[in-house]
Amino acid sequence: MGEFLQFVFSGLTVGAVYALVALGFTIIYNASDVVNFAQGEFVMLGGMSTVFIHQAGLNLPLSALLAIAFVVVVGNLLHKLAIETARGASVVTLIIITIGASIFLRGLAQIFFDKQIHSLPPFTGNDPIALMGATILPQSLWVMFGAAVIFAGLYVFFTKTLSGKAVLATANNPMAAKLVGIDTNVIMALSFGLSAAIGATAGVLITPITLTSYDVGVMLALKGFAGAMLGGMGNPFGALVGGILVGLVEAVTAGYISSDYKDAMAFILILVVLFVMPQGLFGKKVIDRV
Amino acid sequence: MINTTLKKAAGIATIVAVATLSFSAQADIKIGSTLAISGGASFLGDPEAKTLKMYVDAINARGGVNGEKLILVQYDDGGDPNKARTFATRLIEEDEVVAVIGPSTTGATMAIMPIFEEAEVPLVSLAGGDPITDPSQKWTFAMPHSAKMACGKIFTDLKKRGMTKIGMISGTGGFGKSMRGKCHDIAGDYGLEIVADESYGAKDQDMTPQLTNIKNTAGIEAVVNAGFGQGPAIVTRNFKQLGITLPLYQSHGVASKSFINLAGDAAEGVRLPAASLLVTDKLADNDPQKAIVTAYRTMYEKVTGDPVSTFGGHAYDALHMIVKAIETAKSKDPAAIRDALENTKGFVGTGGEFNMSADDHRGLTLDAFKLVEIKNGDWMLVD
Repeated sequence: MGEFLQFVFSGLTVGAVYALVALGFTIIYNASDVVNFAQGEFVMLGGMSTVFIHQAGLNLPLSALLAIAFVVVVGNLLHKLAIETARGASVVTLIIITIGASIFLRGLAQIFFDKQIHSLPPFTGNDPIALMGATILPQSLWVMFGAAVIFAGLYVFFTKTLSGKAVLATANNPMAAKLVGIDTNVIMALSFGLSAAIGATAGVLITPITLTSYDVGVMLALKGFAGAMLGGMGNPFGALVGGILVGLVEAVTAGYISSDYKDAMAFILILVVLFVMPQGLFGKKVIDRV
Repeated sequence: MINTTLKKAAGIATIVAVATLSFSAQADIKIGSTLAISGGASFLGDPEAKTLKMYVDAINARGGVNGEKLILVQYDDGGDPNKARTFATRLIEEDEVVAVIGPSTTGATMAIMPIFEEAEVPLVSLAGGDPITDPSQKWTFAMPHSAKMACGKIFTDLKKRGMTKIGMISGTGGFGKSMRGKCHDIAGDYGLEIVADESYGAKDQDMTPQLTNIKNTAGIEAVVNAGFGQGPAIVTRNFKQLGITLPLYQSHGVASKSFINLAGDAAEGVRLPAASLLVTDKLADNDPQKAIVTAYRTMYEKVTGDPVSTFGGHAYDALHMIVKAIETAKSKDPAAIRDALENTKGFVGTGGEFNMSADDHRGLTLDAFKLVEIKNGDWMLVD
């Protein structure tokens, strides 16, 4: 029992981060149909810039805020310089642009930060909490708490605010949204900024546990993508559930089968989803009326 | 008009200058290197590259080798075996070097060894995987302590502490795999039984599931982690998180200050085999290595501003052993250098005392290792 619970704790911690990455995918996908593969780099930049600002002498909360603000700027630049200028290009082209952007950001991080592995101090202590034969780090609770707060915030944003509804409107039908006076370009910029902020927050939350370096983004993006696919691309709740499920499946695989198959599980999940239920767990069925 | 003529003239002058320069370069000794200066293994390649550059300059400043200047041709393979192969070929065919230092990783070394065997140019690798020198290849040498030696040193300590049942958790990279295999091979010789055997990928960020399995294995008395890079730091953190109180042993792959920084409190009490370089200030005054490691440490830390690591030390050893071989052979012919390298006896470097032979192209014994324990964020000698 204790060992199963330990796997669950491990899976929930990692899964919460995948869920945040998946949420980032979802927001940009909804606004623009683009799958932004630079999402993992937002997480990396969030963690790395916090480390470097913190090293420069600022306290942790302030460093984290500055880092998140910085990543939001990067996200907006990505939209402004790479996506907007390619307006009119097919979605596949835009996706390839985001892959290029992710490689570019990784290169910049190598030059402007460094190639070493870094860590951050945990927010509140490093003593594991024992619970029914398993242990969990306070930082893991922070990660889960952070993911929950972000999800709740997004829910309120999308359902209760005008800007949020404008994003949903753009997602549903960009042309109609334009017709009722929504500036879809502003909405796109907002989505990229939001997505970058979520990614960066995930980076800050997870760095005390998993450490960070310039190249952590690749795997995170792929796992987050698997989570988003599993939950149903475009559905925020699906992204949350999908991300956590991927984390749990990985942890249980590593514990009961072998860690060699851990990474493969996420990709097997993508294949299963594509073959069996392309719309994912919570995605809308796409019906074309002819 | 005048302007274009001037440009042409300048162009010609440059060509002449370059031609003269490359002509004069014929009389120098060219040594090549391909290292993982960037990428995941850059914590190996970076200090190695800095060390080579620093000492080639120093050797030239005091008059070179046999009156000739050393020229270092350096490439960054990023730890990628494919790139290493390209650079190895370029070093031999275009740069026409007399010997090559590197690569930093076991995988890249394995990929380029055949090129050197065929071209008959000596290769001095800075990687610790056993397949590089076991069996011994004619043109390939290696400086670091091997994974097998790490197992031996750790197992000697375990035996001394009266332990018989151990668990292993290993990285799936070249070095982790090599060390896992060697530890399994020789565990019996030390009366040890490996009762739990787990692994993790190089980029894994959470090893609690594997460690939970180890923790729940009956009768386990100690845990050995084979690997280098960020993996061991996370293993060490997770080890503490799970409240495991068994002794934890790491390999010499983590022997740098950054491991202590990354693992934090969790590193307290971790034991590992390491070269004397880590504990220069704690060595006895009559230790034959004391003078060399202290000099290297002082110079490295002064020039680069980074804390010294044993990895840069391997580059120091490789360069000086090659220089000594050229001096002994009184020739810069690759074959003569190789023969002199193989006959190196009693060469004291940062890694220990090297005694090469036809069957042993590493030349180190278990005595070259010191067993250290991490206490209060610093290395302490255990024995």
